[in-house]
Amino acid sequence: MAVVNEVALPGIGVRYDFTTEDGLRFGVIHHRTGERELVLYEREDPDTAHDFVRLGAEDARTLAELLGASQVAKDLAELEQGLEGLAVDRLPLGAGSPFDGLTIGDTGARTRTGVSVVAVLRPDGPHAAPGPTFGLVAGDVLVVVGTPRGIEDLALILRSG
Amino acid sequence: MHDSLFLLELGGVVLLLAVLARIATRYGFSPIPLYLLAGLAFGSGGVIPLVTAEAFIAAGAEIGLILLLFSLGLEYSARELVDALRSTAVTGAMDLILNCTPGFLAAIVLGWGFVPAVFLGGVTYISSSGVIARTLDDLGWMGNRETPLVLAILVLEDLVMAGFLPLATVLLVGGGAARVVVSIGVAVLVVVSVLFVAARWGPAISRAVFSRSDEALLLGILGLLLLTAGATEALNVSAAVGAFLAGIVFSGPAADRVRALRVPLRAVFAAVFFLFFGFKVDPGAIPAALPVAVALAAVGAGTKYLTGWWGARAAGIGRRGQIRAGSALIARGEFSVVIAGLGVAGGAEPDLGPIAATYVLLLAIAGPIAARIADRVTSSGPVRVG
Repeated sequence: MAVVNEVALPGIGVRYDFTTEDGLRFGVIHHRTGERELVLYEREDPDTAHDFVRLGAEDARTLAELLGASQVAKDLAELEQGLEGLAVDRLPLGAGSPFDGLTIGDTGARTRTGVSVVAVLRPDGPHAAPGPTFGLVAGDVLVVVGTPRGIEDLALILRSG
Repeated sequence: MHDSLFLLELGGVVLLLAVLARIATRYGFSPIPLYLLAGLAFGSGGVIPLVTAEAFIAAGAEIGLILLLFSLGLEYSARELVDALRSTAVTGAMDLILNCTPGFLAAIVLGWGFVPAVFLGGVTYISSSGVIARTLDDLGWMGNRETPLVLAILVLEDLVMAGFLPLATVLLVGGGAARVVVSIGVAVLVVVSVLFVAARWGPAISRAVFSRSDEALLLGILGLLLLTAGATEALNVSAAVGAFLAGIVFSGPAADRVRALRVPLRAVFAAVFFLFFGFKVDPGAIPAALPVAVALAAVGAGTKYLTGWWGARAAGIGRRGQIRAGSALIARGEFSVVIAGLGVAGGAEPDLGPIAATYVLLLAIAGPIAARIADRVTSSGPVRVG
């Protein structure tokens, strides 16, 4: 966050201002009446406000909402980018799998392939976040998160050990 | 019969104020000069002396004065007074010296004597925080770098008034040297103790009086106001001074509620007060007062400009900010009229009323105009964003 200056305006309220990444000085005046004022300063003369917008209490809330909403959208996009390179997949445990009757820990999924089992789907409903002692039976569907390569390896292991 | 006449006059007067306020709002200037002109036109010796009841005029002006001074005191919190004193003391002293002197000297030259000279000095000194705050807002100057300085100067003037008003009223009462000394001692004691209480317990008192119910809040304020005014009157310091001091005590963070209630109240009281001050001034005396008033206004505009310019310069504000700070401060208004009103009521000098009225009329109009010219001069042509 940029450095925000706070200046008291006796009898009026408080002014906050900061310099944008662009080098433009930008201020917000909080009037005691609840009114807000946005102030843009001239580039050549940071002393002089060359344009201002008055916002009533309701307008100020609307603007805050708009700025906040776009911020959340941006954060979500960043989160998705952080997931890039990871895949989510469902792997069925077929009849005849060597792990039928054994536990998740026995598969060695995490240590051998780096893949996490985040849930097990059964006809009676999903079992979220199963521990290593969770017992597997044929017909389970494992929801897994990991690299595509790791998931491929795990699918092979589940089939043939 | 008498009662109906009183109500008819009062109703007419208030309606007139409403019309004037509309006109002023429509054209974007301060209504103060209009109120004064209306008072001159319809008061004693005016073109159409509408208001005939002397007692009505006197009572109206008295109540208007108390309420106006109370709301002027409310303007700033004790915290703001202390902060302004820390940051702007030198410029504040310059302000006092530069702007008091012309009025004081003019009165001495006119042969008025010391006490009326003090009053005229007060009239020429003090800027109008009402007119100036409005001009700053209208011109979009609130965000400018010089604006905190301009506002701090106005706060300091308020603080000076807290000392000036009681001292001046004590001088007006007069008496022997010993009595004046005692009265001044009492006045100083009152002011210092009130300011101390305001700084120390202002927020606590405000909290105690605060209520969710508007009427409980207003009645609480009114009670405190009348008590303080009565106490100061008993101590021979004008009730108006007490009202002002009560306003300072009460200003703290008594919530936005008080402020929201205060704004319309203040406007109404101020209007009534200016009108009644105009009623009391005989327009016939204005032509004779005109040369002195015009000369004082010219000098007063110059010295205020100098004050703002110098203060902005000392604060390291650029050339354009210096010009704006100087021109913003020129307007005179409510406080000058208040000081003159106290002087006239105390029988200081008959010419004080007409001179002060003309002086305020000229500068309440010229101040905002000067600021608008400064705005033109200092804006840098086409707008550039990004």
